[in-house]
Amino acid sequence: MYAYDELDRTLINERVSEFRDQVKRRLSGELTEDEFKMLRLQNGVYLQLHAYMFRVAIPYGTLSSKQLRRLAHVARRYDRGYGHFTTRQNIQFNWIKLAELPDALAELAEVGIHAMQTSGNNMRNVTSDQWAGVAPGEVEDPRIWSEILRQHTTLHPEFSFLPRKFKIAITASEHDRAAIKVHDIGLRLHKNADGETGFEVLVGGGLGRTPFIAKTIKPYVAGRDILSYVEAILRVYNQYGRRDNIYKARIKILVHELGIEKFSREVEEEWKQMGHSALTLDHSVVEEVRSRFSYPAYEKLPHMPDELKQAAHDPSFERWRKNSVAPHKVQGYSIVTLSLKPVGGPPGDATAEQMDVVADLADKYSFGEIRVGHEQNLVLPHVAKRDLPQLWKALDRIGLATPNINLVTDIIACPGLDYCSLANARSIPIAQELTRRFANHDTAEMIGRLHINISGCINACGHHHVGHIGILGVEKNGEEFYQITIGGRADENAQMGALIGPAVPYAEVADVIEDIVEAYLALRDRPEELFVDTVKRLGVEPFKERVYATR
Amino acid sequence: MPLVKQGRITTDLFVHVIDGAELPDDGAILIPATRFLEDPEAVLKRTGKVGVIWPNNRDLDDLVPYLDRLAAVALVFPSFRDGRAYSQARLLRERHGYDGEMRATGQVLRDQFVFMSRAGFDAFEVKKDADADAFAETVKRYSVFYQPTGDGRVTALNRRMQLRHSESAGQ
Repeated sequence: MYAYDELDRTLINERVSEFRDQVKRRLSGELTEDEFKMLRLQNGVYLQLHAYMFRVAIPYGTLSSKQLRRLAHVARRYDRGYGHFTTRQNIQFNWIKLAELPDALAELAEVGIHAMQTSGNNMRNVTSDQWAGVAPGEVEDPRIWSEILRQHTTLHPEFSFLPRKFKIAITASEHDRAAIKVHDIGLRLHKNADGETGFEVLVGGGLGRTPFIAKTIKPYVAGRDILSYVEAILRVYNQYGRRDNIYKARIKILVHELGIEKFSREVEEEWKQMGHSALTLDHSVVEEVRSRFSYPAYEKLPHMPDELKQAAHDPSFERWRKNSVAPHKVQGYSIVTLSLKPVGGPPGDATAEQMDVVADLADKYSFGEIRVGHEQNLVLPHVAKRDLPQLWKALDRIGLATPNINLVTDIIACPGLDYCSLANARSIPIAQELTRRFANHDTAEMIGRLHINISGCINACGHHHVGHIGILGVEKNGEEFYQITIGGRADENAQMGALIGPAVPYAEVADVIEDIVEAYLALRDRPEELFVDTVKRLGVEPFKERVYATR
Repeated sequence: MPLVKQGRITTDLFVHVIDGAELPDDGAILIPATRFLEDPEAVLKRTGKVGVIWPNNRDLDDLVPYLDRLAAVALVFPSFRDGRAYSQARLLRERHGYDGEMRATGQVLRDQFVFMSRAGFDAFEVKKDADADAFAETVKRYSVFYQPTGDGRVTALNRRMQLRHSESAGQ
């Protein structure tokens, strides 16, 4: 965990005071809604269909139990008793009153949580691997660099009014859990031939109406140069990114229009001119930030404790353990994922009660630490294996032990037309229906890893392009229709899914998805071949034939 | 439109010369970039200070040769959402060493003051009177800064390092 110092605390308190003043000026009419809109967006406040929505940052997905309890408190006190975890390590509250927002922010600031730049045309919450610091084989903890970038991007005097929003994600593992290839800047920590740590820098990825996979702009940038290099990219973007058309304003369009070679020459030129600047990170500065991350004092524990051997006789426990428990870098410990995708529930929602219990369980079993992943699930990152049976029972009691991680019902979905003013179609009821269709765990396990992603409009908050199966809500003659793609993925082999056929009406979506899954079961050459690999091997056609033959 | 300089509302000594208008013989003038570039030497030969209004989509290279003879550069925010002039301001101050007046013009509102002063602006044509009145207190909103810019404010990282050094020196 990163511990805020007096300076960090002062800054977020100053931000709360500023926002309080802005809200006051809006309520008094001194600010027009147009002027206020930009200011509230800089602080994560959207006006949605029914109310203001408030998006709070969970930088690089790390939360302390104290912070999670405070989020639960905000849900209870200022909202309707629940929150929604998003695909970018944020939490959203849907029913906040504008006049109460400054108080909610002040309460969050007390525990080092803010909502700065969770929306607006600025540098958004820096995201990372939810297994950062605990995943076996990691180059190093990417959160150190995430925190350096969090600070650097917060209230940046040059880049707070960019052509469009700007998202940075960092991973330090071979398997990319942070979806860096669909970010404006993706950073992959790795070591060069001399054993020094640096970054592969990718640029221009993104989803939305014009999806692009990020391209490598520089294979290796030393850690000490990462801020100046990122600043050079942003300076080029700030000056040359399009501002004439909101749909062409993301950096991916600039990179596409200039071509990666020309774009990278521009960046290189700017970077050279910056030279050795105040942005260069001396070793001691990095170590200073590193020193404020605390790590658990792990015990020396056996690989296979008796408690685990005994619990293995319980098939329900075993099913959950095999599905939701992953290896930890320290022997005797595990990484446990808590599914926020119960059968029939809205993906990513957690009640205040659940958050409180998870905070307590984190204190008891995970050194007080919780993570949030872009798949909209929670993680307890340091659970001793001997505690797994007790933890499982406790999670099961509050509905957080659904053994469906990475399975067909572990659906990513945006809030859709139930909440969002941009949406064309509902997302949540589609997800709920699919979780009911595939509620049988044996079937889901037999299907294996399969990511379904649902967006209620082309803005793609539900990452539909990179779902193994992607579902995109569109509006046709006043009715909700859904385009379905297959073969997308968001990991180190990221690619966009391909359209399988004509859009289908709301009532038929679940049937079509069932047909696609059945086609896969018939087409896969062995049970271990994942859905996405079968699509890769065979292409869309055989799926299309089977699914659309009878339609 | 009130002009704020050195934290106070002051009288604007520069006369804005609109396109096509005759240049006054003396006195300080602020003229558009295209007009200036038609014949920079002629403009600079006048008695009286010269400032140039530089659009936010024009490369600074054409302006740089004249910087040391200019008394002011006015950068433009056509909308407060358009942040290109922040980059221009930093480049002028930090790369090209410009140390004359740097003025923010266009849609200049209270909530941009801190960003602007950090980027190097020291004069502000403020759109609303109430915002101009609130200038002095608004720029003091923040005492902690994460990014190094040319404004010389000490960054949080540096303050931490200083603190650490003084702690270890005291041991």
